[in-house]
Amino acid sequence: MRLSLTSRLSVISALLPALMVMLVVYIGATSWTAWMSLTNSRMLPNNNFVGFRQYELLLTNDRWLTSVHNVIIYGVLFVSLALLIGFLLAVAIDQRVRAEDTIRSIYLYPYAMSFVVTGLVWQWLLNPTLGIQHVLRSWGFAGATFDWIVRPETAIYCLVIAGVWQASGLVMAIMLAGLRGVDDEIWKAARVDGLPKWRVYISIVIPMMGASFATAAVLLSTAVVRLYDLSVSMTNGGPGIASEVPAKFVMDHLFERANIGLATAAATTMLITVIAVVAPYLYWRARKGEVR
Amino acid sequence: MQRSNVDITNLQIGFGGLKVLENLNLHVDASEFLVLLGPSGCGKSTLLNAIAGLIDVKGGEIRIGDRDVTWAEPKDRGIAMVFQSYALYPRMSVRKNLSFGLKVARTPQDEIDSRVGEAAKMLRLTELLDRRPSELSGGQRQRVAIGRALVRHAGVYLFDEPLSNLDAQLRAELRVEIKRLHARLGATMIYVTHDQIEALTLADRIAVMQGGVIQQLDTPKKIYREPANRFVASFVGSPAMNFIRGRIARDGGLAFIAGDARFDLNGYAFRTPPSDAPAVLGIRPEHIEVIGSDHPSAVPARVEMVEPMGADALIWCRLADGTAFSFRSDADAQARAGDTLALRFPAEAFSLFDDQSGQRL
Repeated sequence: MRLSLTSRLSVISALLPALMVMLVVYIGATSWTAWMSLTNSRMLPNNNFVGFRQYELLLTNDRWLTSVHNVIIYGVLFVSLALLIGFLLAVAIDQRVRAEDTIRSIYLYPYAMSFVVTGLVWQWLLNPTLGIQHVLRSWGFAGATFDWIVRPETAIYCLVIAGVWQASGLVMAIMLAGLRGVDDEIWKAARVDGLPKWRVYISIVIPMMGASFATAAVLLSTAVVRLYDLSVSMTNGGPGIASEVPAKFVMDHLFERANIGLATAAATTMLITVIAVVAPYLYWRARKGEVR
Repeated sequence: MQRSNVDITNLQIGFGGLKVLENLNLHVDASEFLVLLGPSGCGKSTLLNAIAGLIDVKGGEIRIGDRDVTWAEPKDRGIAMVFQSYALYPRMSVRKNLSFGLKVARTPQDEIDSRVGEAAKMLRLTELLDRRPSELSGGQRQRVAIGRALVRHAGVYLFDEPLSNLDAQLRAELRVEIKRLHARLGATMIYVTHDQIEALTLADRIAVMQGGVIQQLDTPKKIYREPANRFVASFVGSPAMNFIRGRIARDGGLAFIAGDARFDLNGYAFRTPPSDAPAVLGIRPEHIEVIGSDHPSAVPARVEMVEPMGADALIWCRLADGTAFSFRSDADAQARAGDTLALRFPAEAFSLFDDQSGQRL
């Protein structure tokens, strides 16, 4: 279709703001970050090219290595537990329970809270002298111990607990929509076939819900990469550096430790990692689209 | 293959305060093909689901093969069922769809293989066994669904509007296939539909339902020829039966009077002795004939419209009092809008109904 000059101009001018935002904010800022990671910028950005020096420093930085280790533990546990619990909650609600609306709202409620609030609440709950351990002991379980948050080797699991608590409701909502999409007659056919309910879920319903699982997994994964505020508000990376995460590493080095070079190197590493994970998936999706 | 009879006595089904079926009785013989026919919401699917055990009953008894199964699980009733939406397991191959139920029931593998092979052969699915349902056409999917029922070697096969999702041509094909299947297996089949053609072509007996009540239970021929009430008369038959309001008169020979028109009732088999009373005369379009205007029982009518239907034509007319009706004639009939025809209404083909109750007289 050929458009006249004026109508083409109006199309271009309508698209221009979005294009500018895209170019300046995303491409521009990302490229600038990548460039900065190749300089020796400290508190203020400069253009002294130092090659991959910052990356070498990064890979020997204890705090960075702990952060990466933590985000892997968090990512695997958080995504799998949130999917599992969210799915089980959805299955529970799908049994035509009474007061379904109320229960659904309660399950979804944590998701309405910011990570900062979630972090604070769970910090109190997990605090040995204030929270669950204290309550259990005051009930007479003198030996009760739940002090994960103050022990370096378990602090990251506390972040997992809080994260799963917050995100399960969202997964539940997505899964419930998927479950409701299963034709009632399939359930009837399965009953006539004599299949037990758990068998129907495992062999028939879950394979039908690929799209729901993929949607939930993608949403959860972005939350893993963004993980920052939970760590700040719950443990502030502690005890020591035991619950540091990559995004917090970047923020701290950018604004507190005045090390722009190292911070941007860390940020670029995160970006490359995400691309390395997502690109094969997108490629596979595109190929699949062609086949159809 | 076992063939079970089905006995339903005083069945009651309700949801909350709503009564769907009340004191329903139905007997289905072994090897019989029974069709439950009715408009949507008449309770036919509810009845079928109750036989299958997919909904709870409030009272009464359901016996399949002389065994009380009122409270038995669907899998223990010796039934198999085919659904309107096919209800195939979407991520499983055709073979897995057919065999999964047997496998879960711990049927020996060689028995599963032989049953699947047999059903696949009967339904021409052998080539399709390794495909997924999404790779099949609607007709093939429904054949798979029928196959999944067949491998159960059930005593009763239940069909819940199995052809409603298919287009007209496939529907006709699969209808023949189901009829052939019944002839070959001699299995008991209960079939729910709102399509009267399906009912008339397939059934040994039809149960016409409305409002949760079986209006008439009889052979297709009787249902068509001698409808028990006005509902059955108007629901079965296409083009629909004509209804003419008037009254029965016994002065000067038994006749039906509608305005100036007089229809001779000599030859009509009354169920109850006739009396002078308002009534409704029903006659099917194919029973009305054109005759010479000098014939003593000729009724004049004015042609309003001609609907050509290929093999024949449907001619819409009005009586002198304005009652509209239609009749079938040859495709090359000469009638035109505005013509006046002399028509013969044969009393043997009448269905007379009480004006109040709608029951056949």
